[in-house]
Amino acid sequence: MTDLLYSADDQDLRDAVRGSLARVLDHDRVAALYDDPGADVSAAWRAVASDLGLAALLVPEHLGGAGATAREAAVVAEELGRAVAPVPFLTSSVVATTVLVHAAQAGSQEAADALGGLADGTSTAALVLPWTARAGTRTTYDGGPVRPVAGAVGADLLLVPRADGLHLVPAADAEVTPLTSLDMSRPVATVEVGGEGVLLADSEQAAVYVDAGLVAGAALLASEQLGVAQWCLETTVAYVGTRVQFARPIGSFQAVKHRLADLYLEVVQAQAAARWAAAALAEGDPDLPVAVATAQSWCSEVALHAAEEAVQLHGGIGMTWEHPVHLYLKRAKADQLALGTPAAHRSDLGVLVDLVP
Amino acid sequence: MTDLTEAVRRLLAEHPPGGSDPTAFLGARFDAGLAWVHFPVGLGGLAAPRDAQTEVDRLLAEAGAPGPDPANAIGLGMAAPTLVAHGSPEQQQRYLRRLFTGEEIWCQLFSEPGAGSDLAAVATRAVLDGDTWSVTGQKVWTSGAHNARRAILLARTDVDVPKHAGLTYFVVDMTDPGVDVRPLRQITGEAEFNEVFLTDVRVPDTDRVAAVGHGWRVATETLNNERVAIGAGADREAGQIGLVARRWREDPSVRSAAQHDTLMRWWVESEVTRMAGERLRQQLAVGAPGPESSAMKLAFARQAQGITNLMMELAPDEALEHDTWELVRPRSGSFLGRGPGYRYLRAKGNSIEGGTSEVMRNVVAERVLGLPADHRPDKGVPFKDVPR
Ligand SMILES: Cc1cc2nc3c(=O)[nH]c(=O)nc-3n(C[C@H](O)[C@H](O)[C@H](O)COP(=O)(O)OP(=O)(O)OC[C@H]3O[C@@H](n4cnc5c(N)ncnc54)[C@H](O)[C@@H]3O)c2cc1C
Repeated sequence: MTDLLYSADDQDLRDAVRGSLARVLDHDRVAALYDDPGADVSAAWRAVASDLGLAALLVPEHLGGAGATAREAAVVAEELGRAVAPVPFLTSSVVATTVLVHAAQAGSQEAADALGGLADGTSTAALVLPWTARAGTRTTYDGGPVRPVAGAVGADLLLVPRADGLHLVPAADAEVTPLTSLDMSRPVATVEVGGEGVLLADSEQAAVYVDAGLVAGAALLASEQLGVAQWCLETTVAYVGTRVQFARPIGSFQAVKHRLADLYLEVVQAQAAARWAAAALAEGDPDLPVAVATAQSWCSEVALHAAEEAVQLHGGIGMTWEHPVHLYLKRAKADQLALGTPAAHRSDLGVLVDLVP
Repeated sequence: MTDLTEAVRRLLAEHPPGGSDPTAFLGARFDAGLAWVHFPVGLGGLAAPRDAQTEVDRLLAEAGAPGPDPANAIGLGMAAPTLVAHGSPEQQQRYLRRLFTGEEIWCQLFSEPGAGSDLAAVATRAVLDGDTWSVTGQKVWTSGAHNARRAILLARTDVDVPKHAGLTYFVVDMTDPGVDVRPLRQITGEAEFNEVFLTDVRVPDTDRVAAVGHGWRVATETLNNERVAIGAGADREAGQIGLVARRWREDPSVRSAAQHDTLMRWWVESEVTRMAGERLRQQLAVGAPGPESSAMKLAFARQAQGITNLMMELAPDEALEHDTWELVRPRSGSFLGRGPGYRYLRAKGNSIEGGTSEVMRNVVAERVLGLPADHRPDKGVPFKDVPR
């Protein structure tokens, strides 16, 4: 059976990420992005990518990376979710990096060169597809504006899957228009690609690489969602233990207790599912598509449920801008729609396990 | 019914909706007893059955007549029925007409930082000084206080009795210099609700509603009125379900086999809730709404949240975008004209405002089903001795 636990190194990695994020980021900074999308949060990415070198995790050593596995990247994703961090880790260091690694492994020097900059955090890349895309849906970019693309705002490089193959285009040769987004901590944009850039792979290969990028993204999104859910659960448990109504802590009401006990169970299951997906990705397990579809279906719903319960159990305060829970609700909702909705993943799963309508 | 139809016809003939300005028309409608037909004659009603209102509203809407201001939902749905049931004749004369015409918007000063679900724990003090009350305290989550000319207020007039017995209900003039309204921003970005600080606000004793110490009973009725007003007399597919249903019919790209059953479940739930609400209103044709209305509020919140959630999943690309996060102080909370993300976020408040869904379940369990109450350590204890 796959190892579903964390190693001692994973724990150290977690502590390091949590510690440095705490130094450079707080909820007010994230909330400020809703009023001023240009607010400077670059310190968070510098801490993650340059100081800790985490943008290099999924880049093999011979390509200048850290040669880590999806298990470690999943730990990072959890912590980034827990902090609703406005950083392009998932879009650039997971999805785009995975696509480029495939191209580089197949011999593309341009892809290898691009990975150098991605790995050391000096540049970021984004895959030019709607952020709702998922593996197996064979989407390509066929000119004109495409929206909503995540990770494109501020990216240096764009990966463009055209009909004739995968192109690497400098962002300067494209028009990237930021959109007011449901989750301003991961803003989406309209992208219109002007330049041809360089061809990294033919169309057949491109489909394989793009799918690999989307699978990796979906697998590790589950860990981000786990981090979101855990923050919501812990914050709510702490709140109901101290908020007094009817001369009792509201957490002493069985209606509240049972809800949180149920949520705890969901989160326990989400943690197992997220670890399963990360391990399957790390090991190239043939069960990977099943693991990803299962984890996405489950973790998407759990993160959203946790955020919704957090709002509800905070009462009026949960409906305010002042309390950070809204940042998690917006991230959880956007994450639920990202890289395939739960319903879409369940329908994929039906095919995978031979349970079709 | 024919009498009412005739009254509507006469109103429309004497005050063609196109000709008179909305305030004048609504005033004439009040005078004709067609504001709330079940109210007494002279107070905006004709002492008709409550459920006859639906038909009157329909006829007026068909004729293009202006309706009451949605920004005054609290005045119309809560303050007005409370004043009719408990207000003095002088209060009824003074307030009801201007409330209905929208010349005076009302808000509800009930909740406090320490008294939300436990509304009876209100700590704002009202002290009688001659024939005037001095009110001091802090209210919170007050929707529309920034638009309001008047408020209904729940305040503590006696700390030596258990919490429910020491409350009194007042009408407050929001222009009093002791009233300080500060916006509170919501998760939608806008500031629909407010903090309201009350410092030696002067309230004449003639603005006390019902007897001193009877505030809890009056407030409970107010809240039941709010709850029964939800979705009153709605047509099929009138609410959130209508927005999703229309989209599904018109736009093949949102249709999927995977979501079809979910959509149909919400359709069924919306329709049975509409029927249950209608049935409740028929039962209530005479008399005041009781705790049963809490079940309706529960259903309404569940549907608003579930259906707005479904809408986002049906069109996920759209849902990742958002119309605006701009901090505005809206005139009224309305779902119309806003995007799916706004509707989803705003609907989260539906299970909190006007009593949370957990509190609604307690009301149903204890007051409708008659189950024993939770243990409450403050029961029977004078308010001043309850640790807070
Ligand atoms: C959008 C919005 C508009 C509002 N407008 C107004 C207004 O105009 N005027 C006004 O006076 N108030 C208004 N309110 C306030 C609203 O009535 C209160 O927020 C609500 O009653 C809950 O109180 P609270 O916020 O203190 O939460 P709390 O009472 O602290 O509740 C926190 C959580 O504990 C749960 N809980 C509490 N007691 C129990 C129990 N016994 N059993 C099980 N669970 C329990 C609650 O359900 C909730 O989930 C508004 C609120 C919102 C969100």
